[in-house]
Amino acid sequence: MLKIKNLKADIENKSILNNFNLEIKPGEVHAIMGPNGSGKSTLSNILSGKKGYDVSGEILFENKNLFELETEERAHKGIFLAFQYPLEIPGVNTNIFLKTSLNAIRKARGEKQLDAIEFLKLVKLKAKDLKFDEEKLNRQLNVGFSGGEKKKNEILQMSILNPKLSILDETDSGLDIDALKIVADGVNSLRKKDNSFLIITHYQRLLDYIKPDYVHVLMNGKIIKSGGPELALELENKGYENFN
Amino acid sequence: MREKEITKLKDYKYGFTTDIENIRAPKGLNKEVIKFISKAKKEPKWMLDWRMKAYERFKNLKEPNWQKPKYPKIDYQDIYYYSAPKSTSENPKNLDELDPKLLETYKKLGIPLQEQQRLNGIAVDAVFDSVSVATTFKDKLNEVGVIFCPISEAIKKHPELVRKYLGSVIPLTDHYFATLNSAVFTDGSFVYIPPGVRCPMELSTYFRINASQTGQFERTLIIADKGSYVSYLEGCTAPMRDENQLHAANVELIALDDAEIKYSTVQNWYPGDEDGKGGIYNFVTKRGLCKGINSKISWTQVETGSAITWKYPSCILQGDNSIGEFYSIAITNNHQKADTGTKMIHLGKNTKSKIISKGISAGFSDMTYRGLVDISFKAKNSTNYTQCDSLLMGNKCGAHTIPYIKNKNPESNIAHEATTSKISEEQLYYCQQRGLNPEEAVGLIVNGFCKEVLQQLPMEFAVEAQKLVGISLEGSVG
Ligand SMILES: Nc1ncnc2c1ncn2[C@@H]1O[C@H](COP(=O)(O)OP(=O)(O)OP(=O)(O)O)[C@@H](O)[C@H]1O
Ligand SMILES: [Mg+2]
Repeated sequence: MLKIKNLKADIENKSILNNFNLEIKPGEVHAIMGPNGSGKSTLSNILSGKKGYDVSGEILFENKNLFELETEERAHKGIFLAFQYPLEIPGVNTNIFLKTSLNAIRKARGEKQLDAIEFLKLVKLKAKDLKFDEEKLNRQLNVGFSGGEKKKNEILQMSILNPKLSILDETDSGLDIDALKIVADGVNSLRKKDNSFLIITHYQRLLDYIKPDYVHVLMNGKIIKSGGPELALELENKGYENFN
Repeated sequence: MREKEITKLKDYKYGFTTDIENIRAPKGLNKEVIKFISKAKKEPKWMLDWRMKAYERFKNLKEPNWQKPKYPKIDYQDIYYYSAPKSTSENPKNLDELDPKLLETYKKLGIPLQEQQRLNGIAVDAVFDSVSVATTFKDKLNEVGVIFCPISEAIKKHPELVRKYLGSVIPLTDHYFATLNSAVFTDGSFVYIPPGVRCPMELSTYFRINASQTGQFERTLIIADKGSYVSYLEGCTAPMRDENQLHAANVELIALDDAEIKYSTVQNWYPGDEDGKGGIYNFVTKRGLCKGINSKISWTQVETGSAITWKYPSCILQGDNSIGEFYSIAITNNHQKADTGTKMIHLGKNTKSKIISKGISAGFSDMTYRGLVDISFKAKNSTNYTQCDSLLMGNKCGAHTIPYIKNKNPESNIAHEATTSKISEEQLYYCQQRGLNPEEAVGLIVNGFCKEVLQQLPMEFAVEAQKLVGISLEGSVG
């Protein structure tokens, strides 16, 4: 599904990623851990098409060169990023944002647009699963939402859009214990043989709830070690300092 | 990363010209030209005298220059003050007699007069350069006593109403452009709603400038008699030309006891090209008088076009308990400039006014909100609430807020709020990540920003206006 070969990424002449390689197959869940500033968010931004990076190497998503696709075209193809810091957009009603987003993606795929009633039905269902207070959906997008609510809102969007590749950038940071469990359930319910996940986290605990197939350690711009879930435990014990 | 070219040139779909034979007054401004206009309109003598008085006054006035957008000196002798399609010199009685080229023009503008005649809902007065070419639903409105006709017709058929109210809100001796208009105004709409009547449909005037080197000086007069209600909308477009054309209209509204007038404008005059060449100078005087007790006047404007927009739709709250409202969206892109806002003059007791202004600037444009709230010492227990929000796109445009506040009554209350925000790259990225293209993203954010004002528009036009807001900002991202 996703093949990253020799990815090199610079920002303002500073090298962030170098010789980065990763392959994710359909249905797999990969976790990436790495110290602050190691380039985890940079990687998620490059995958989802944020501008402003100097990149070289190759990224194939379902055998298509991602560099040839605009940000929104990648979203249409099924790439979703749950932001580490979700944006506030004053004036824009959350429900309207969700509906516009869903319909833009459906339209690009040649699917039928949902009308207001169909959409509200869908959103109600998903919000209930995530124990997300529906009232909040009538507020301006993320404006006045607590840190945890913003993160949950990202997962709500993910479950509505049902993406093929979901990238979760530290979604667990800032969630309370119950919310963590709910979010994990949300992710697990989307786990299917065609849906893949790239989960960026600092804490092993999330991986107790979402069992990854692979864990990678990102340091110095590349993956220095890969393994199974046990790698996360090892990392938690040793810390990055002693890991090398 | 490969970036797709976003077409920078804004697509102004109303930029075509209708090739039609015109009758024009000789170029320039003088007594002969004013006589020409008056004669072409077959006006009574009192009207010509009125025009002449205005002209005498005009000669002694100085062109103002306190506004923020400056413009090259206008040569008032180099303008045609009257231009009309030849076919309209004999007033056609109905649409079937109208020049097919005119019908075609309005069809292209999205106002199919003939089909529209059959649909129920909105009565349209179509003004083409200096004349009104058609008014629909006249008969149906007549049944309830509503008069909706070209002002040139009202001058002849309803002189008592015109003489009583014309110039009663914008006097002959008002400022430079208003006085110029009084001397040379050509056409526009006249509306009278009799006592107790709720106008059964939306009234609408569509202004079209077609001829080159021609100024448009329209005049609109709306009178809502006691206990009546009317909702009126005007729309405007013009061809794309390298020259700047002057549009100096006067609009007067009068609301008597318990009457309400809702006046909406969707202004989409040609804004000039990407480099700021050409476009309309939209210098308009709009003023409403809440003459009676409990009367209400509400202005809603969506200003997206014109090279320069310079206007302050105002309310004089004379009747006790009267209400004035001003809802505005002004958008400037490329090299457009706007200096717009409102004046709320509180004279009566318990008068209320509300100002909601949303300014959006993009490209190299410049936007000024200028507003006056004046509460006189007699206007006891009056209130004003003002909210001015500016949204900037990019960092080459400007936004300014200049509120003037005069409160001479200690029992009255003025509240003012202002914000300035920016559409950030991060917000656009976030929207794009969710599948919206940059234009859709901007449209969504901007429409969210102006929601409060868009909601004020009549339903039929809200959707159009929403689209227009998006289109006006096309090419401003990326
Ligand atoms: N716009 C930018 N300009 C300059 N440097 C940047 C920019 N964006 C990111 N960086 C730098 O790139 C490096 C990687 O940042 P990134 O956000 O990818 O780290 P991260 O692994 O997600 O860290 P964290 O765990 O703290 O979220 C950091 O040193 C950061 O300061
Ligand atoms: Mg990060």
